[in-house]
Amino acid sequence: MVQDMALLVQYVVVGLAVGSLYALVALGIVLLYRTSRILNFAHGDLATFGTFIAFALLTAWRWPFAAASLGSLLTTAVVGAAFFFLVIRPAKESTLLGKIVITLGLALVLQGATVILWGTGTKILPFPLSDIKVYRLGQVVVSQISVGSFAVGLALMGALYVLVQHTRVGLAMRAVSQDTVAAQVLGIPVKQIFALTWGLASALGAAAGILLAPATLLDPYMMLDPFLKGFAAAVLGGIDSMPGAAVGGLLLGVLEALFGGYVSVKFKTTLAFLIIIAVLVVRPEGLLGREYKRRV
Amino acid sequence: MELRQRYEEDLTLVRGVLGWSALLALLAFLALLPALAPGYFLYTASLVAVHVVIAVGLNLLVGYTGQISLGHAGFVAVGAYAAGVLATRLHVPWPGAMLGGGIAAAFFGFLVGIPALRLTGPYLTIATLGFGIAVNQVLTNWEQLSGGRTGLFLPKLAIAGVRLRDHHIYYLFAGLAAALVWIATNLVRSHVGRAFVAIRDSDIAAEVMGVNLTVYKTLAFAVSAFYAGIGGAMLAYLLGYLEPQLFTLFESIYYFSMIVIGGLGTIPGSILGAILLTILPQQLAGLKQYLPLVYGATIVLVMAVEPLGIYGRWLRIKLWFKTWPF
Repeated sequence: MVQDMALLVQYVVVGLAVGSLYALVALGIVLLYRTSRILNFAHGDLATFGTFIAFALLTAWRWPFAAASLGSLLTTAVVGAAFFFLVIRPAKESTLLGKIVITLGLALVLQGATVILWGTGTKILPFPLSDIKVYRLGQVVVSQISVGSFAVGLALMGALYVLVQHTRVGLAMRAVSQDTVAAQVLGIPVKQIFALTWGLASALGAAAGILLAPATLLDPYMMLDPFLKGFAAAVLGGIDSMPGAAVGGLLLGVLEALFGGYVSVKFKTTLAFLIIIAVLVVRPEGLLGREYKRRV
Repeated sequence: MELRQRYEEDLTLVRGVLGWSALLALLAFLALLPALAPGYFLYTASLVAVHVVIAVGLNLLVGYTGQISLGHAGFVAVGAYAAGVLATRLHVPWPGAMLGGGIAAAFFGFLVGIPALRLTGPYLTIATLGFGIAVNQVLTNWEQLSGGRTGLFLPKLAIAGVRLRDHHIYYLFAGLAAALVWIATNLVRSHVGRAFVAIRDSDIAAEVMGVNLTVYKTLAFAVSAFYAGIGGAMLAYLLGYLEPQLFTLFESIYYFSMIVIGGLGTIPGSILGAILLTILPQQLAGLKQYLPLVYGATIVLVMAVEPLGIYGRWLRIKLWFKTWPF
């Protein structure tokens, strides 16, 4: 009985550690969706690209880890913002379908570029924390890397919360997401806010990629699965709600760990999609999202 | 613009001397292809037929009805595996297996169409994406059905006990594709096609005008999935074996690229896209690693410059010559 409890707690702890990374991915997706109503299918590939930048800075340029991570986040942010200025804004096609298709195209471009620059082989990102070193709390075992990534994940979420809720830039971002035209009329530089949002969202993805790299190893397709999980988390929490994305990510991580532990490891990844479809059918606005309404 | 006085004249698909000679030239080219082209090209030509069927089906859903599907490889997989299981376990002959593949996929299309009634835009995109990946994962993990990593081997195509050679398969597939394209062309000209377009342009307005959304949205999914299923069954017989890795998210995006590059909401566009995106990768086999980059850049370029794709550009060129010198 005690052992059963310990096992349950163990699954929850593992789930929370993974879930914090899903939450980071989900936050990037939600941040962009809230502001521009674009579902960015290139999010995962932007993140992979950023992780490979970090890898290059660490191995070829021998930068220290913190500097390399920072460099990677900045580069990815610039790529994201550049994409907004160079493609999304001037594009002729402005329907929803068109924008989704454009981000799909960007996903392919980034994936192709990553393959050409770094090849398809798997690589190891030198990471300062180890997954062999573990902490024991009673019967529950936590690896150093899980603690580290959970802490960094929470810190980033906190920083994002402060940015969006308690700064002038955040206020502008919220205004743009509520009503772009009204924000523009009030003198908010909408274009720059959009670019900033693209940059921030991309950087969040890159952060998630770097934190995931020790677990998944580096290859051009590494972010596909976490990206889809991030989507599932965003839908679960409500695709226009940032707290929803955080809660959804953690919840999805825990649910997945429990499902993997008690039901079936093989179908663990399928669970995320069952959750998506169930949520979309029962409560399309998600756990914390606002009501799913449409103007006619 | 010639004057049309009778309804039948308005209904005809092929018009005038120019139309008939173009059609005859096309048919002659298709019929003589095995004699002209090198042997390996027949395989590519059969693959083109498969992709034409899938792309036309996908365009009925995405281009005409406006319901985005990023999980079309899932429907193709259902059709392929249904045909494969029917042919290997139940020893159904190939016409039955192909039809069975189409019907199985149509059933799944109907199932996916039900939640689609409540979902629009990005939500539907995610749901179909999830469907495609779920199908792939179920196939990978359900080894009794899919044969796991060893794959599922299909019997060779044969008519009355005689094994079909490469050029027979080509004629068979080209015929099937032509028939399905002809059906689709007529479908989009009928009241069903007009209902699809009305839903794409504004589903609320369509409902107000008396289009039953429940019926037509699920119908669009079912018909599109039927095409995908038939395409999948054709693919299964063409390759002779099946493995889950043939039906990944990349394939879904690949089919999607065909209709976007060819032209959304047009049948000729789907065909052009399918031809281009089948032959191009075969010819660029040495540059395989550049393919995603090329596809991606082309998609972005098409959407940024000419949202109606190659066919849209062709229509503009035609219009320019028709109205010249104005």
